[in-house]
Amino acid sequence: MTTEALIFMLVSEGIIAFVTIYFFIKVLRSKKEFNQDDTSNDV
Amino acid sequence: MSSKEKWGTRVGLVLAMAGNAVGLGNFLRFPVQAVQNGGGAFMIPYFVSFLLLGIPLLWVEWSIGKYGGMFGKHSTPFMFHHMNKKWLWKYVGVFGIFTNLAIASYYSFIESWTISYVYHSIVGTFSSMNQHEVAGFFSSYLDVSSSNTGIPYESLVFFLICLSINVWILSKGLSGGIEKASKIGIPLLIIFGIFLAIKALTLKAGHEGAINDGIVGLNFLWTPHFDSLANPKVWLAAAGQIFFTLSVGMGSIQCYASYLREKDDVALNGMAAGWTNEFIEVIIGSSIIIPIAIGYFGIDKVVDLVQLGGLGLGFKTMPYLFAQWGPMLAAIAGTAFFGLLFFAGITSTLAMGQPVMAFLQDEFAWTRKKSALAFGLAILILALPTIFFFEYGVFDEYDYWAGTVTLVVFAMLEVILFSWVFGLTKGWKILTTGAEIKVPSIYRFILKYVTPVILILVFLGALIRPAHDDWSTLFTSKYELHEESILGKIFNKSIRYNKEYFADAYYAEWDGTVTKLNANELTVTDLQGNNHAMELSKKDKPVVQINQPIKAGEPLYQGFVVNHIFWITLSRLLLVSVFLLIAWLVHKAYKKQKQALL
Repeated sequence: MTTEALIFMLVSEGIIAFVTIYFFIKVLRSKKEFNQDDTSNDV
Repeated sequence: MSSKEKWGTRVGLVLAMAGNAVGLGNFLRFPVQAVQNGGGAFMIPYFVSFLLLGIPLLWVEWSIGKYGGMFGKHSTPFMFHHMNKKWLWKYVGVFGIFTNLAIASYYSFIESWTISYVYHSIVGTFSSMNQHEVAGFFSSYLDVSSSNTGIPYESLVFFLICLSINVWILSKGLSGGIEKASKIGIPLLIIFGIFLAIKALTLKAGHEGAINDGIVGLNFLWTPHFDSLANPKVWLAAAGQIFFTLSVGMGSIQCYASYLREKDDVALNGMAAGWTNEFIEVIIGSSIIIPIAIGYFGIDKVVDLVQLGGLGLGFKTMPYLFAQWGPMLAAIAGTAFFGLLFFAGITSTLAMGQPVMAFLQDEFAWTRKKSALAFGLAILILALPTIFFFEYGVFDEYDYWAGTVTLVVFAMLEVILFSWVFGLTKGWKILTTGAEIKVPSIYRFILKYVTPVILILVFLGALIRPAHDDWSTLFTSKYELHEESILGKIFNKSIRYNKEYFADAYYAEWDGTVTKLNANELTVTDLQGNNHAMELSKKDKPVVQINQPIKAGEPLYQGFVVNHIFWITLSRLLLVSVFLLIAWLVHKAYKKQKQALL
């Protein structure tokens, strides 16, 4: 594989893998209550 | 009632949203787009589009959904109505039901092919076929004329099985059906994808019939061609890919998000789902079909094959390539590949079903089961023309108008509604209330100005796309509409000599040569090497001979001809009728609500 192609692949896939895992772990580790009914309708 | 429904778990919601976005395009469309638009350099406009178009649209749609859910509304017409009371907006919201219904009708047909191909992979149908026969299998699978009765039994049976699975899951509800299906489907899809990617990247030249290492394909796909970045076509292709891969502009994200509560996060959930789609598309999607195809065919042939598009590459060539791995591995690889496509497809069609069902449940108090059956019936009715008249371009018409143009129009209008009509201050508050990540404040500017402008440009670009994608001709006397531009489609630019619905002769649309002529078929190969095959009935009389050079406009055969334009016009009328029917239902529901308030 050429260096240019390798760099493009590693950088693109590296960014995507890192950010995806980061957000997914954040979701998994969240302690916030999910989908519980609330009473307010105001925004 | 749908308002009593809710998501069981947060991971379930994220996987369902990711499943909505992950579709066949992740594996079949993205790699082909990358190859055709600059290789590795395609990732530059791709990332820019994701940051300026994809992420803002995800946040807008999640926020609109959450806002609508606060009023017990789970479909876009009445979500939009609560955002602005002017009559126009609830009818703009009709797109959010129409698009799902129209896309699901042809998308579930493609989904059914994957079930059929899993079956044929397991029973070894492809094991003794050569490449030409595998491609022929696909064509005859879709060709009604290959059946004596004019009914394509096999594709119809698999379509009915596929539709029944969808309706059954939808009837089980949000957490009991869709969420469970996503929790099973997405991990399985990733496992299948990783297995195929490993197999593709470990291909060795000289082994199992391969002529190249798998890495050669990866190198081909990722080698950057920087000169492509100067071409507007590449930027439009990247914007289009981001748009379609995230399933924005459809109304399904809004529907799923509407089952959240006011204090729930949408910013982080939206990112987790959106980036999961990117992970599957870029990392897994780029590592399967191109490396395997180049491993067996070499670069030159794959460059030709990608002209067929991802569907052609996936269904006409992959079974043949898997067969090179021996019967056992071919069955496993075929099951993994078409199983992966099936899970990618079904998690998307389920997301298309929910907005339609939610509309019926919210506005007409239908039960979940009744609305799931109604969705199934509507899909069956709308899909039949694509099955029976596939060869006449009905499928392509659905895909073009419902699956391409309306998405852009809907997204453009909803961003204007969110940022300008409803107001970004209120919109921002919905987005950030309960958010578990800090939304960068630059996105206030992007949401207000950048995304709407990009969408308007994308729409205008599609409207007046020039022939040969040569934008330098714009504003010059050389300017000509592209056949695939919106205006070009409306004026049927691709049809020059067969513009009548019914005629007594069929005329060549291309310069070329007659390369096949028998009692059933006449094929003309044009100057670019594309084959144009025409079926002949017993009453048709060819007026050309084999190997005869043909000029566009010359008659090819005489007889009673029903031209494609007839089926194309009927498809368009059908789609417009569906839109108007939904608009009428929205009007009826609105009147009912008004009367209830009096």
